[in-house]
Amino acid sequence: MMNIDLVFKIAGLGILISVFNMVLKQAEKEEQAQMLTLVGVIIVLMVIIQLIDQLFTSVRSIFGF
Amino acid sequence: MEIIEIVGLGIIGMIMSVVIKQYQPEFAVQLSLVVGIIIFVLMLGKISVIIDVLKKLATRANVDMVYFQTILKIIGIAYIAEFGAQVCRDAGEGVIATKIEFAAKLLIMVLGIPIMLAILESVMQLLP
Repeated sequence: MMNIDLVFKIAGLGILISVFNMVLKQAEKEEQAQMLTLVGVIIVLMVIIQLIDQLFTSVRSIFGF
Repeated sequence: MEIIEIVGLGIIGMIMSVVIKQYQPEFAVQLSLVVGIIIFVLMLGKISVIIDVLKKLATRANVDMVYFQTILKIIGIAYIAEFGAQVCRDAGEGVIATKIEFAAKLLIMVLGIPIMLAILESVMQLLP
């Protein structure tokens, strides 16, 4: 099932980025940690936007907008 | 038994969201959004079945299709607005959620005005 795959993907990305974040914070590279978080959020947003588009398209076709 | 699938998805999403929330709240919000969208998309198929049955009943009862379409549009607006507002409220943006609900109410009102006018017309015709 590809649906649960997506949840695992986003959760894994979140955990991975939080680990990298901790490492970067320990190395006193606060700005780079911030940038890493931003990039992660944007990557997940790319995936989510496609999903939202799918949702809106199907709602539009079902409810006859 | 699709309900097992959905409840399992919800519980897994909830656990992951709770775990991630302490480290990265941004990802927790996105995760809950994705779980919500997946459940919504899974249910849309069922909704279309229900709507087909309703459409058949409406044609059999000779209801004007314009009214039926309006009702469908209102239901769609309500679903989408509720979804968006809840996601916003979940992320702690109550103000945006309230604005979304306000816009949805207004749009529903705009769609409903022609029906209201039609009712008023028929009442006026009934009255001598």
